[in-house]
Amino acid sequence: MSSSSLPATPAPPAGVPVPAPAPPRAPVRRTRGAARRLRRRAGVDLALLAIAALFVLPLVWLLFASLDADASLRVGAPSPATMDNFDAVWTQEITFRPMLNSLLLCGGATLLTVVCAALAAYPLSRYRSRLVRPYLLTVLFTTCLPLTAIMVPVYGLYVQVELIDSLLGTALFLAATQLPFAIWLMKNFMDGVPIALEEAAWTDGASWLQTLLRIILPLMGPGLTVVTIYSFIMMWGNFFVPFMLLLTPDQLPASVTLFTFFGSYDTVVYGQLAAFSILYSTPVILLYVLIARKLGGGFALGGAVKG
Amino acid sequence: MSTLTQQPAEPEPTPPPASVSPKATGTVRRHRPLRWLPLAPATVLLLLFLGGPIVYCVAIAFTDMQLTGSSSTSFVGFDNFQRAFDDKHFRNAVVLTLTFTFLSSIVGQNTLGLALALLMRRASKPVRTLTGSIVIAAWVVPEIVAGFLLYAFFRDEGTLNSVLDWAHLPSQDWLYSAPIVAVSIANVWRGTAFSMLIYSAALSDVPREITEAAEVDGAGGWRQLWFITLPMIRRSIGTNLMLNTLQTLSVFGLIWAMTRGGPGNRSQTLPVFMYDQAFLKALIGYGTAVALLLLLIGALFSAVYLRLLRTEV
Repeated sequence: MSSSSLPATPAPPAGVPVPAPAPPRAPVRRTRGAARRLRRRAGVDLALLAIAALFVLPLVWLLFASLDADASLRVGAPSPATMDNFDAVWTQEITFRPMLNSLLLCGGATLLTVVCAALAAYPLSRYRSRLVRPYLLTVLFTTCLPLTAIMVPVYGLYVQVELIDSLLGTALFLAATQLPFAIWLMKNFMDGVPIALEEAAWTDGASWLQTLLRIILPLMGPGLTVVTIYSFIMMWGNFFVPFMLLLTPDQLPASVTLFTFFGSYDTVVYGQLAAFSILYSTPVILLYVLIARKLGGGFALGGAVKG
Repeated sequence: MSTLTQQPAEPEPTPPPASVSPKATGTVRRHRPLRWLPLAPATVLLLLFLGGPIVYCVAIAFTDMQLTGSSSTSFVGFDNFQRAFDDKHFRNAVVLTLTFTFLSSIVGQNTLGLALALLMRRASKPVRTLTGSIVIAAWVVPEIVAGFLLYAFFRDEGTLNSVLDWAHLPSQDWLYSAPIVAVSIANVWRGTAFSMLIYSAALSDVPREITEAAEVDGAGGWRQLWFITLPMIRRSIGTNLMLNTLQTLSVFGLIWAMTRGGPGNRSQTLPVFMYDQAFLKALIGYGTAVALLLLLIGALFSAVYLRLLRTEV
């Protein structure tokens, strides 16, 4: 930005610092702005990292404790790292039976939820009636209700109809709690399937069930996967329902055995508890990653949830 | 706007099959009542397992039913509710529930979620991905594991106190000295991701030109936030607050795992109080009355939420 590049301007006295005219100053300002932006970005990054550090501490403790033979409640790197804790909980009693129970309970309930939701979504998405809107609004309303509140009456009811302590009864209730949201999601995914293909099938004489099974559901594959996995994740993590409705220790799913495991606070081996927590959480974390991929970036679920 | 805003309008845009081809219309019309049959399994399941208990809940709330069963149950009118309002433990539970909801949902999850979403838009990509993954990981971990992790975090000999020691700040037994604060922070840890996701989606819908125009006009960061960004995402804020509150009202496992409502009743929110009365004290009728109150509060919030969605369309 030497003054020689500005022949048109009246020559200033030599040696006096001149405020440079506008055009040449622009690049200077831009670099200064860029520097400021960089600094601001660094500040933002630091702030985010600080928050992330707070969020990650409990998770780090879990990881370290699971690898530490004599883990305490304080976060600290295990020395030496060992798989002893995982070995100790890798038994029929602690890991396999509860996980199998969880799988049976949540898998069965998920299957029921998805089948019912897919069937229900079909008329809600395809037919026009004055009843569709109130039905959907009721479903949405139920989605929001604090269902924790009805656990006491459900327990009372289950005692009376002798469904208490039954895997089937618990699975039916779990399915019912997840159903409103599954219907809602499924209906919205189904709306995205164009109707033209179905018309062709109808003219060829296909029934609604054939249309649903052969045309719509295959076309909404990703949506179906999302509903299935999401329902399964919610049930897998559910503690209160099986905690209330199941009594026999042999039937308890992992969420409840984990609680009873560390319910005896003082005698507990924290390392083993951490190892079991990791084993129990792994399936849902993997499944979450899977739907996050399906939904593109994963950040869509927040929007889709409670659509 | 995100999916949040548009869905209630869905019934209209859906192409009605009946109107598209005369042939299809014919077949559909002929089986008019039967074509709604696919709706039956879901409806039956919902009526039996959600509708049933809700009706039962309303019925039992007016009786003196006890868990011991054999003793006769009789209608007692509004006695249970009267008793609740006179019960200082119930009032304690209401106050704690309000505190818990206010601290964790309105102040914590909502504000922190918004802050995270705003910061993430300006952060560099690796930091954004890392922070996003960590916050979401805390959300994905099952409730009971989260309870256990945060129990370990807040315990006297836990991680929080070791961090405080390291920073030369006074440490204390959080689960004893401030149990409701501890469980509130636990709920923030677990639930912030949801708000963050909602706000990220909402912010990505705010057109860049508008904030840029404001910047050219010389509006600083805070003024932009207050006068431009927040008003533009106000609907998402409403939705998010409502959903957070509803979710927070029904938190049981997290608190039960961390403190079991204790020490004493100092972290006994309404769901924990309800459980305590109905099962540990065997007063099903009374517990159900409390459940009904909780359900009514939830229903009120749900109705407001639906209303919000509708005005958005």
